[in-house]
Formats: sequence, C-alpha cells, structure tokens
Amino acid sequence: MPKYKDISKVLVIGSGPIIIGQAAEFDYSGTQACKSLKEEGVQVVLVNNNPATIMTDTDIADIVYIENPTVEVVEKIIAKERPDGILATLGGQTGLNLAVKLKEAGILDKYNVKLLGTSFESIKTAEDRELFKRKMQEIGEPVAESLTVTNVEDALKFAKNYGYPLIIRPAYTLGGTGGGIAHNDEELISIVDLGLKKSMVGEVLVEKSLYGWKEIEFEVMRDAADNCITICSMENFDPVGVHTGDSIVVAPAQTLSDYEYQMLRSASIKIIRALKIEGGCNIQFALDPQSHKYYVIEVNPRVSRSSALASKATGYPIAKVAAKIAIGLRLDEIKNPVTGKTTAFFEPALDYVVTKIPRWPFDKFYTTDRKIGTQMKATGEVMAIERSFEASLLKAVRSLEIKAYGLRLDSVRGMGTKEILEGISVPNDMRLFYIAEALRRDIDINYINDVTKIDKWFLNKLSNIVNMEKEIEENELSKEILKKAKRMGFSDREIATIKGIKEEDVRTLRKKYGIYPSYKMVDTCAAEFESVTQYIYSTYGEEDEVETHDIPKVIVIGSGPIRIGQGIEFDYCSVKALWALKEAGIKSIIINNNPETVSTDFDTGDRLYFEPITLEDVLNIYEKEKPLGVMVMFGGQTAINLTEELVKNGVKILGTSFKSIDISEDREKFSKLLKELNINQPKGGYALTVEDAKDIALKLGFPLLVRPSYVIGGQSMEKVNTLQELIDYVKHATEVSPGKPVLIDKYIDGREVEVDAVSDGECVLIPGIMEHIERTGVHSGDSFSIYPARNLTEREINTIIEYTEKISKALNIKGLINIQFAVKEGTVYVLEVNPRASRTVPIMSKATGVPMVKLAVEVALGKKLKELGYKGGLWPQTPYTVVKAPVFSMEKLTDVEVSLSPEMKSTGEIMGIDLSYEGALYKALEGAGLKIPKKGKILLSIAERDFQEAVSLVEKLQSLGYEIYATYRTGKYFSLMGIHANIMSLDHAIKLLKNGYFDAVVNTPTKGKKPDNAGFKLRRTAVEYRIPLFTSIDTIKAALNAVSKVNINGLSVLSMNEYQEIQKDNVKNLVL
Amino acid sequence: MKGYLKLEDGSIFEGELISKNKKGYGEVVFTTGMTGYQEAITDPSYAGQIVVMTYPLIGNYGINKYDFESEKPHIRGFVVREYCDKPSNFQSEESLLSYLDKHNIPVLSGIDTRALTKKLRENGTMRGIITCNPDDDIEFDQTNLLEEVSTKRSYRIAGIGPKLAFIDLGTKKSILKMLNSVGFDIYVFPYNASYDDVMQINPDAIFLSNGPGDPKDAVDAIELTKHFIGMKPVLGICLGHQIIALALGCNTVKMKFGHRGANQPVKDLLTNKDYITSQNHGYAVEEESIDKDKITVTHINLNDGTVEGIMHKFLPVFSVQYHPEACPGPRDSTDIFDKFMDIVMVYKRRFYFAEV
Repeated sequence: MPKYKDISKVLVIGSGPIIIGQAAEFDYSGTQACKSLKEEGVQVVLVNNNPATIMTDTDIADIVYIENPTVEVVEKIIAKERPDGILATLGGQTGLNLAVKLKEAGILDKYNVKLLGTSFESIKTAEDRELFKRKMQEIGEPVAESLTVTNVEDALKFAKNYGYPLIIRPAYTLGGTGGGIAHNDEELISIVDLGLKKSMVGEVLVEKSLYGWKEIEFEVMRDAADNCITICSMENFDPVGVHTGDSIVVAPAQTLSDYEYQMLRSASIKIIRALKIEGGCNIQFALDPQSHKYYVIEVNPRVSRSSALASKATGYPIAKVAAKIAIGLRLDEIKNPVTGKTTAFFEPALDYVVTKIPRWPFDKFYTTDRKIGTQMKATGEVMAIERSFEASLLKAVRSLEIKAYGLRLDSVRGMGTKEILEGISVPNDMRLFYIAEALRRDIDINYINDVTKIDKWFLNKLSNIVNMEKEIEENELSKEILKKAKRMGFSDREIATIKGIKEEDVRTLRKKYGIYPSYKMVDTCAAEFESVTQYIYSTYGEEDEVETHDIPKVIVIGSGPIRIGQGIEFDYCSVKALWALKEAGIKSIIINNNPETVSTDFDTGDRLYFEPITLEDVLNIYEKEKPLGVMVMFGGQTAINLTEELVKNGVKILGTSFKSIDISEDREKFSKLLKELNINQPKGGYALTVEDAKDIALKLGFPLLVRPSYVIGGQSMEKVNTLQELIDYVKHATEVSPGKPVLIDKYIDGREVEVDAVSDGECVLIPGIMEHIERTGVHSGDSFSIYPARNLTEREINTIIEYTEKISKALNIKGLINIQFAVKEGTVYVLEVNPRASRTVPIMSKATGVPMVKLAVEVALGKKLKELGYKGGLWPQTPYTVVKAPVFSMEKLTDVEVSLSPEMKSTGEIMGIDLSYEGALYKALEGAGLKIPKKGKILLSIAERDFQEAVSLVEKLQSLGYEIYATYRTGKYFSLMGIHANIMSLDHAIKLLKNGYFDAVVNTPTKGKKPDNAGFKLRRTAVEYRIPLFTSIDTIKAALNAVSKVNINGLSVLSMNEYQEIQKDNVKNLVL
Repeated sequence: MKGYLKLEDGSIFEGELISKNKKGYGEVVFTTGMTGYQEAITDPSYAGQIVVMTYPLIGNYGINKYDFESEKPHIRGFVVREYCDKPSNFQSEESLLSYLDKHNIPVLSGIDTRALTKKLRENGTMRGIITCNPDDDIEFDQTNLLEEVSTKRSYRIAGIGPKLAFIDLGTKKSILKMLNSVGFDIYVFPYNASYDDVMQINPDAIFLSNGPGDPKDAVDAIELTKHFIGMKPVLGICLGHQIIALALGCNTVKMKFGHRGANQPVKDLLTNKDYITSQNHGYAVEEESIDKDKITVTHINLNDGTVEGIMHKFLPVFSVQYHPEACPGPRDSTDIFDKFMDIVMVYKRRFYFAEV
C-alpha cells in the first residue's frame, strides 16, 4: 500500500510551550514527523507557538506558523493553506485536543481536511474513560473497577462501595493534572472538586487504586493494514501510584518472565487493534507482583514522552515511522534507518539496560512539597545506557546535575535513621538516595520492599552498589577493585570522595592500570545486523567497537535535562550548532543525556554520545575522538560550568576563551572590567558572612538584589527590602553553600533590556534589542519581552550598542554573548553578561532572520563576520513585532509561590508575532493564558507599597469599563483616593474565584518573606482554576493596552516564511 | 574462577566460570530474546549448542515449574554478560544457576557477549569450548542429536479430535500443548519411527516437530514424510519444515549465523500480513531449490528474505520455519494450529466420502 495519493499537503500541530507533562519530547517527535513527511514528498505546514523549538525552523517544516493553536487561528490557517490532511497525534495532548475541537466545530469537514493517522473515533475511545472502559470490557481486557463521575456525590458513593484508596483522574488532561490518590472522604472531595474543574469535559474517573503493583509500559505501533509491533517494554522502578513521568523507568522490563512479558505484549497488540490506532501508542499496565493478574491502566493514542524515551532507548524512530503510517505506508514498506537494510516491521532487541530518571524542580522550589504521586512534577529527565543496571543507574544519577556523582549524598548521610525511614515511606524525589542510605545502615531489603513495594530485584541491585562503596572504602584501590568499580558504573569522582582523594588521582591511577572506557553502539538489533548509526554509549571492560577517524571534528556539549532556567532553547542551539558544523564540512559530535530532545536523535549530529555531561565523561570522549576542540557555548550553564576543569585538563575550547568566561562569571573580575571600560553597573559587593552583608546594605541602601555566585536561572535570587530579609537570606545561603559568597547589588528600579550578539572579537553583530515589559527585579526568563524595543531613546540604544561592542571586544568574544541591561532615567547599566548562547537566541534568530548559531559556529572555527557577509552594529529592525511570553506549570506544583520575582519559575515560553505591536502582545497574552476579556470583573489585592502605582491602573480599568473588586485594605485605599470598588474579604474573594466569578486577578504580594497565607492562597487558587493572574502591575497594564487597542479581526495570520520575506525586503531597502 | 570461551578461529573470550561443571563443547550460537531463557535452555533444538544470550542480564526471574519446554536443559553451555543470583519473581522456585548446576551445564559469566555476537555474525557460527584452560582443544563430538532429544518410546496424549502422528525430533512441550488444545488426539513417535510403526494407529494427519541439527541427518523422518505426502495432511515446524522441504525434493542450506530470537519479522505472502515470530534455526530451505510449479513459498523473513514457510500447491502439506507456538516469544501466529485442524477435518471428510 503506497502513500495516499490525495495527500500532498499536511498540517502538523505542535505541542506548544514546555510545561510539566509536555516537554521537549514533542519537538523531537514533531521534528521527526516533519522530516519524515517531507521525505515522502509531502508539503508540511506547521502550527506551534513555541519559538524555542527546532520544528518551528523553516528548514524543518515547509511553512511555519508561530501562532496559538486555537480553533479560530487554526481555521484561518486551514482556510489559507488548504492542507489535504492534518496530523494531530504528534503534538502531545495539545495537538490531540485541538484536533478534537476542530472536528467538533466542523472545520475539518468544511475544508475537507482528512484527519491522518488514528481516527477521531479511536482518539475518543482511548481518551474518554467510559468509552475506553467499555471497549476494554468488549475485548476482554481487564480495567480496574472505576466510575466516571461529574459530581462529588457520585464519587463518594463509589468510595462507599469499593473502599479506599482511590485514584482520581480527570478526563482530557495531561501529566495527570488534577489527579491524585484519596485515602478518605475529605481527600476525595477536594481532589474530585479540583479535577472536575481541570477536565476539559467536566468529568473525572474514580478508580480503585492498584497502589504497589508493578507498572509496565509497552510502546506499540500499528499500520492501516493491521500489522502490529511492540517497540519496547518499560518497567517502572516506582510501582503504581507514582506517575510514570515521575518514576525512574528502565527498559526493557527486568523482572518479567517470558510468560508475563508475552501476556502483556499480546494484550497490547489486542488493544491497539481494537482501538484501530494508526501510528504509535503507549499502553500502561498494572501487574500484580504475586500473580498473573493485570489491569490496563491507560492508553495514549499518540506519541508521548514514553515513546520518545522508547525511541531513544531502542534506536527505533517511532515518530518518524508513525508519520509515514499516517500517510498510508505499511510498516514493511518503511526502511529501518538504523540498519539501512531491513524494514520498520521488526521489534528492537536491546543488549544494554536503559535507565531514565526524572529531573524535578525542587532545587528551585525548595520550600515546596517534595512528594511525588499521580500528578507529574518533573520538568525533564535524563537517560543512561550501560551494560548493567547498576552502571546505567549511576550514569543517570550523575547526568541529573544535582551534585550527585553516585548514591552517596552528604545531606542524606547526615540524617538520622528515623528521617531516612520516613524518606522511604512516601514517594519523593530523593527516595533513591534514602533507600541507598537505608541499605548502608543494614535495613532489611524485605522491609524496604514492604514499605516501598519496589521490586526486590531493584533493591538488590542498589545493595550491590552500596556493597561496592564499602569495598572501595575498606580496600586499597587495586587494579581489581578499580576495575570492578568502574564496571559497576562508579564515577572517578565518587570513588575519589569515598577514598578521600582527588578525582584526578583516581583518573591517573585508572590510566596507570590501563582501565579505559570502551564504547558500544545502539543498533536496535543486539548486534545481529550491521548498523549504520553513530549512536554510542560507554561501558568498561569490554571491546571498544567504535572506530575513530583522523578527520576534522568538533564536540558540542549539550545541555542535559530540561529544568527551570535551562530549557529547550539550549537544545535548539546545540542542534543548530551541529548542523552548522556539518555545513562547514566538519564532523559534528554531540554529548548529551536528555532523551526528549532533537539533539539526541541519532542522525542530528554525525555522532551521538549518549553520556553524562561530567568532566570524566567528556574527557574520555575528548581523548578518544581527538577533535579540533570543544564548543561549550551552546549547552547552557551545564557546559559553561565544565569549562574550567576541561581547560585544566588540556581541552581546547572553541570560541570564547575560558579566561573571558571566567571574567564574566566572576563578580569581582567582571566589575573591574566594567570599571575599566567606563560602563555603568549597579553598585554592589559580596558577603561571606551576615556581618559583611550588613555593611554593604548600610552603604548601598535598600532595596537590594541578592544571589549566590555562579548561578543558573537566577537560582535563589531575591529582592530584599529590609535588613531582616537580608539577614535571613544570607544566613540561609551560607548554610547551603558555605564559603561561597553572596552577591549583593543595589536594585535599580528601571526598564530591563536584553541583547544577544554575535562577535568575532573585532566585529560585533547585534541582531536586535529586546525590552522587557516588567521592570527589573523580575527574572528575564519570566518577563514578557518585546522585540523591537519600543521605549528606548536613540541615545539609550546607541549606549547599549556601544556597551555591547566594548564588552564583546574586551572579552574577545568569539561566538555568542548575551547582555542584560537596566535603563533608568536615561542611564544604561549592565546587569549581567553571559558569554554563551542564551534563552533568547532561538526567538531572536527567528524574529530577525539572522542565523545566530551558525554565525557563532563559523566564528568559533576562525572565520570573521565580514567573510560571512555580515557587518557589525545593530541589524535592521523588523517592521513587525515579536513578543515572548513566559509559561508556567504552577498548576502541577502545589505549594509553590507563583508571583514573579528575580527567581525564575517559568518552564517554557511562547511567541506572539504580528504586524502590529498590540497584535503581537495580544497573541502572547493569549498563548500565556493571560488573555482578559474587553469587559469584565477584575479582582485587585495590592501590596501597600504598590498602592500608589495601582491608582493609575484602576483608573484605566474604570475608563475601559471593567468592574472593580478589591480586598479590604486595597479597597480602603482606593476609596480614600476616591475610587469606587466592590470591597470584600479575601476569603470571600477566593470563594467567588473558585466559582469563576472573576475574569482576572491582580495581586502583588506583600513582601517580608513571611508566610503570606491569604495572598498566597489567592494566587494559588487563581492558578489552579486557570484565572488570569497578574502579579506585576506592568504586565496587567500592558495587557490592558493590548486588549483595548487590538483589532482582533485585523490580527495577521502570516507564516514565518512570509515574515522573513518582509524582513528580507526591509533589510534590502535599508541597505540601499 | 576464571573461565574462557575459545572458538574455532582461535579467539578467546575471558569471563568467570560460575557453574560446577567447568567444561563444555558445542556449536556456539547467539539468541537475541530478552526474556525466555528458561524456555530456550530447555528447547531441545539447542541440543549440542553453547548458547550466548545477547541480553546482558540473565537469571532475573529465576526458574519456575511452568515454563520448561522439555525435561531438562539440552544446551552444552551457557554464556552470559551478567548472571543474576538473586531472582525476583513470585513463581521462581530456584535460581537459574542452581538449575543448570543440577544438570551439569557449564555457565560462563562476565563475557563481552556483544563482541562475541559480532564475531559470530561476521565469521558465521563456530564450534567452541567453555573451559578454565585456554589451551584446551575444541573437541568434535559425534553424538546423534536426534537420538539424544527424541522420545525413546511412543506415547499418547489423548484428545477428542482426529488422530495425529507426531514425530518427535526434539519437540518443545508447547507444540504438543497447542496441538492438543485444538483437539488432536496425539500419538508421539520417536525420530526413527518407520512407516509401519506409524500406520499402526492409522493417523488422520502427520506432524513433524522442531529439533536440533542438520535436517539432512534426519534420514528416517525424511523417508517417512515421503510416504505420507499426498496421503495424509502433513504439517511441520522448524526442523519439521526443513524435513518436509527435503521430502518434497528441495534443498536445505546452513545459514551463516541463523535466526535465534523473539523478534524475527515474517511476511505471510498469502494474506500479505506481517508477524513477529520466535525463531531458532541454523538451516534454511534454499529458495532456488523450490519447484515453484508444485510448491508455493507462503512466508518469507522480512530481514533477509529467506524462506519461512511453504505449502504444496495441490496436496495438504505445509510447514513453517518459525515457532508459532511461541514460548519463548510472541504469540502472534498461533492460528496455524487451527488452520491445520481445519485442513485435517476437510481431508478426513473427503476420505470418509471416498470410502463411502
């Protein structure tokens, strides 16, 4: 069956911004799908409002719309582009939900657009709990006793019949949003109530809990001719009860006999056939550890996070194949790209163990509840490949970048046994380390198994690791011991810590003994066939099968797991760097460990090392490959942080030198440089003790910005207004990292401006200047930012250009640089310099059409910007506007403070682009969930210090005809000012908020860092009930501007290709 | 203690001999199945072979009393990357090693099984020795494998359906179970049963099982099959398939390294459907030797195009190279047993009418 003849143009829906539960894996699957469709000669139109993705590059899809995936917008795009088909199963839940809405609105039929892949009915059956249950009963596959309810009473009735614990899952959500486990009536009421509001259809499923059963997943594929295969089985280390996105997962399943494996495999195939899925799907099972009884937990009728993991774990490109199936190809008509010979109809055989560990944001939200459960909280994940479980796990642990290089964590080892046992009893992000510590303290495995329900197989393996620790500790580091430890996956650093020596001592000893890593290939077939891929992992004590060639090559260091502050933007940069190297005729090598990303697709670079990004792992690869050098500027802070040690070990860094990196990261050196260059900077200092801090505060006066040195994403950065706040902060910081100074800066209450530039050391190209909507004090990652900047005078712009050039030249930047400025009353201050790719490189590249990463790579390889056809200075500014808006995942993280601050909290971003400024802003607000209606009820609860400013806001609201509601103190102040507001208590306001009474909430938090219960609750309620919440007066003011001025019907629906044409003409005209 | 696997070409792989028995000879083959070691080691088709598991962690779920494919392990040696001495599964009765030790099978652990597999893939299957002395020579043993694995006496597994003469060339229990479950009244005969032996029960159909070694060595079975072709419905699986092909005048050839694993893709050319199958064979029916006027190739392997099933164009004779009974492996193609029953019933009725 060849591809459908009537399909020549396909609309692909992307998954939008990175949020918890929907991350970079959909850029990976979407990118694969677009490439796959193009291979078959299909023209691809893409809609995705996430500018940080590779898939939104015009060299991936043919026509790209960076627009919000709403029914209205997509209808316009369909009307304009007239695609023959729509592919919705590769854009996560967002894509699927949109397809359902388009179908229901009659738009697909109206424009005769065929839904490709899995049918509408099948999606419905898999997604609708009741239909799904019925279908499973029809084919004799067991599902747990459950009931779909639309109100709390029915849920309580069910509980009476079946007892607790119960699992609650809302229909049509992702990442288990709004779900949970209830152990009693009270919990049931609150979870069901919330779940009903979260569900797109106002339904939740109440289900008998299978807590403690084994959780097994299968990735299954089916083509339209009904041929089925399973790609991979996966076993969750954490049993049922922990969301699979929050579980440690291994592939293949480890504790199943062939009988059990085939039982679940057969069930998977039966289910995918019954659902008539065309493409890939993920099926989750709960398996009783004491019998062959199992239940089907759920089916995702689309590619998912698990399928991205399965693709990386096996080498089988699920999304690529699913896209081809969607346009009519059979599995046996699709070539297996790994072997280059066989077909896509086969099941991968693994000869290694894969471990995935989630990356949670609790290092940022250290005050929050660290428990994990049915609601996913991880922002990202790492994966590791090794020949044993122990080594695979240990590799994954050190890939996490949580300062763990093994299972020994000082913080855990210092705890009392009672605390350890508590840490084990409830699932949480640190449980792995608690279990290891319990084993160290000779707590019985049976006891741990009983409490955690984690299979003894896993616990025995952890025990092996702990025993090895002991063996290292108690013995001389002989060749035998060291070999054994390396084979079990111990890092040099962990061995050194155990022995109380330096990492380099272990490395030297290891080399003296001749113990080097060997490298193996991931080939989908356990070496049965020759493979053509360059997908590589390391192991010890085996044959090295990876040949190196004496050709020019460069290593690009990736950015590791997605976390707050280091998101998909850096993967975008890494991928672009790999492509730029290829174009320059140099072999590109990537080191990364994030299974969700495009950079770890085996054909993105010339060679992929799926490895932890630590000094040891990178040095090993460097020594094996002998490249021209290493590029550290694309992998975010992960790569930058390695630079010093790499340089010390003789690694050549391509691009900006370590010395310059050090100057820009080292507070004192940097300050000195700015002084020499005669550039303004906020006054500041650093404190090692509380006393130091007091002195500085005395000199500078409040407010102050405080943060620890060497930061990522403004970790723990805060604005302090009083001496007490300062003392509290410094105390905490010096406790967490003693000996590390706290940086203290005068806070400048000004406009924040950001610049990304490419420099060759002599010539500095500034693609554009971005201006933030929120004033300084809100982390740049959490700000709305506008390009081109609108509120800068020519003099200010010139100063910004001058400063950028001065700094770039002084630091001899060879590649990318990002500078953040504050502008106050005509004075420009430099806040921060990052001598690397920043979060805004993708959006600026797309907005301006300047291929920033490519230029940076060329420059790092020794070319001059002039040779590349570029001049220095500011690139012609676009006639259209781009607005970047932050997107948060606060719904998933209970107990987290949601207000904007210097500490970054957003997980993703979206972009609004329009010919008009208001239009772009309006789109950005809509995409960020902050769209407010033209008329409506606004609740204000303002901190005292913002009262004055709020007055102008309220006047504006009134003049626009909004109804104003205020909490007591705010209202009282307003009436003093002669403004009428409906005044109510905070509690009452919260109640009304829950009922959807207000259209938006404006709340600026009272400072003092004291538990601000009422305000906190208000903010949390707004977030959880999806009511637009503004915690900065700047944002709401801008939003009002946009809403009042925008002509909704006049919004442009232009593709990026069209915008780029506009800009090209613009550049041409300006040059002429 | 330190142990070695030495191959015909002189290459030596070092590991640890963890079993009581420290020595074993055989043909070294690899299997890519990630689960199913218990079924594999007790599959008589592996008789005479040292089996290398490509999946690195073996022994995870121990040994249970339900998943044996025959009375005892028939392998000559077992080679793994890592042996798991603490199995975890509710059915596990003992560890894999304790079971293999009971049957005196040498087990070599800590081997770079991937490098070994690549060697076997590139050089083809070789003979080898597991030993603690790398200077030992590889012996060539001349055991009659069929005699070793086939039943010594005839026996019956009663069923309510037609009578099936089952030629045991080293069968897996699962095949008997599947045939019995579709209703056959099974009479099991040894590998060297004669035409007269079989005719004593006047069977309605003949079945040829899987088994070890070169099909051309199964001279008795080939002769026997020739007698029945055209007379009774005949089905063969694996070695049985090769024997039927030989009886029909086709040729069989030794493959470079065979197909062993649970992920072999097969296309059914009659229905245009694909299946993932379990396989374990080192010989194949030579495609060029098939007389296309008489015989249809019904199945091919999607990886290398080799013959996976044949059917006589006019007579009730068909066979498959793969293992539809699974165990270990996928259960995607078990309907072949129903198909066989259907054919047998049709012919039974025809014979009945003919007699009338």
